[in-house]
Amino acid sequence: MQSEIKLINEEGLRIDGRKYNELRPIKIEVGVLNRADGSAYIEWGGNKVLVAVYGPREAFPKHTQNPSRAIINARYNMAAFSVDERKRPGPDRRAVEISKVIGEALECAVFTEQFPRTSIDVYIEVLQADAGTRIAGLTAASVALVDAGIPMKDMVVGCAAGKIDGKVVLDLNKEEDNFGQADMPMAIIPRTQEIVLLQMDGNMTRDELAEAVELSKKASMYISALQKEALLAKYKVQESEKEGEQGE
Amino acid sequence: MSKVSKSADEIVYGLKREYLEKISAEGNRIDGRKLDETRKAIVNTNFVPRAEGSAEVRLGDTRVLVGIKIEQGEPFPDTPNSGILTTNAELLPMASPTFESGPPSEDAIELARVVDRGIRESKMIDLDKLVIKEGEKVWVVFIDMHILDYDGNLIDACSLGAVAALLEAKVPASKIGGEDFPLPINHVPVTVTFAKIGSVMVADPNLDEEEVASARLSVATNEEGAVVAMQKGLGGSITQEELFAAVDTSIRVGKDIRKRVLGR
Repeated sequence: MQSEIKLINEEGLRIDGRKYNELRPIKIEVGVLNRADGSAYIEWGGNKVLVAVYGPREAFPKHTQNPSRAIINARYNMAAFSVDERKRPGPDRRAVEISKVIGEALECAVFTEQFPRTSIDVYIEVLQADAGTRIAGLTAASVALVDAGIPMKDMVVGCAAGKIDGKVVLDLNKEEDNFGQADMPMAIIPRTQEIVLLQMDGNMTRDELAEAVELSKKASMYISALQKEALLAKYKVQESEKEGEQGE
Repeated sequence: MSKVSKSADEIVYGLKREYLEKISAEGNRIDGRKLDETRKAIVNTNFVPRAEGSAEVRLGDTRVLVGIKIEQGEPFPDTPNSGILTTNAELLPMASPTFESGPPSEDAIELARVVDRGIRESKMIDLDKLVIKEGEKVWVVFIDMHILDYDGNLIDACSLGAVAALLEAKVPASKIGGEDFPLPINHVPVTVTFAKIGSVMVADPNLDEEEVASARLSVATNEEGAVVAMQKGLGGSITQEELFAAVDTSIRVGKDIRKRVLGR
């Protein structure tokens, strides 16, 4: 099926005015929930995703406990109102798969062996979806894990790349995802450059794939800096509040 | 570290892992294959003549049965002029002591979705040709995969079985006064899965290898050598070099399987 919609114009710009290697605006906030052990909120283009982390706490039901390490229990959930046509509440097959790959990606970074028999629960709520929700959720989840004080190798971070109008581009939006030729969500551990999440659907040659991986990696390094800034911002606020109290 | 007593299972697992990591680092495998060598695949089509298409696949000692049913149904509102493809996997308790009956597990859902993605994204079936009446009635293609005997790498066994069964499936148009016709086929995808053992990637892992693997990578390619779907699994990572080595092997093995096993 050929796409009838033109996704890249004569000047090489995409429908939202971005260049091929340009990200949508990203904003990350840390510690946005009171009860959770750690939390984060991310806005990424039109995506709005909230993440809460609980744990490490005793894994339940008991048979899920692993005597040598913590289990990571990620739950990706889309709000019924997050998409154009109301999504039936509750986990569908897509959500089960996404939860699985997000949990596995986080497992690569967390020192799970430090917390035997426990579970680290990561709740990802997509409040508004605009393509790229799993990576936005994963990126925010890493920040929420740090906020919860869970030791990790590094913060997992990612970005999708794909192909639209025959060209490899970064960070597909909704229209590009629907009418493009390929989408490849990918996440890495920045310090080691290991790939911890990788999925792809569509059609790409080996060379296009190599281009997409490069674009995604570069963007991930940039978003990694945003994650750190967001964490610093939280502790800076706390510090200045403290200073203010002392001054009085 | 507190003293934790280990169960016999854990000790055996640890030894097995150590041994497999050692031999794969030396370029060897437990069943004598080369690192990028897949097991012999035997495909037996039309195993269930009552189905519109079927294939029994043996990949080493892994055995799966895929059946295709094609029925009339309503199209999805957002694709009124397209047939429907749906894929389901059942990890039957008969296939392994670790499989339990009940609603589909996470693993079964992932398996079905990865197989589905390879077929859907390669545009193997021309769904636009499966319309009976625009916006009202279309053919629905059900791919049901039964796991009979589990010896590792269900993704490749099921993908191969699904593709083989679809290739021979007939749309039962005689039921509505037409003439039965073969499914309109555009492409033939083949999926090849790798397991990472220690720091080595092995193709088509058997159960022993799968049990000790830290990461898994599946790459589906079409007959033009383009990549149409990928999925990384398990809680370990892979490097960029490992990814592209796997893509190259998948393209090469895909060609071979398409020709020798599927006759395409």
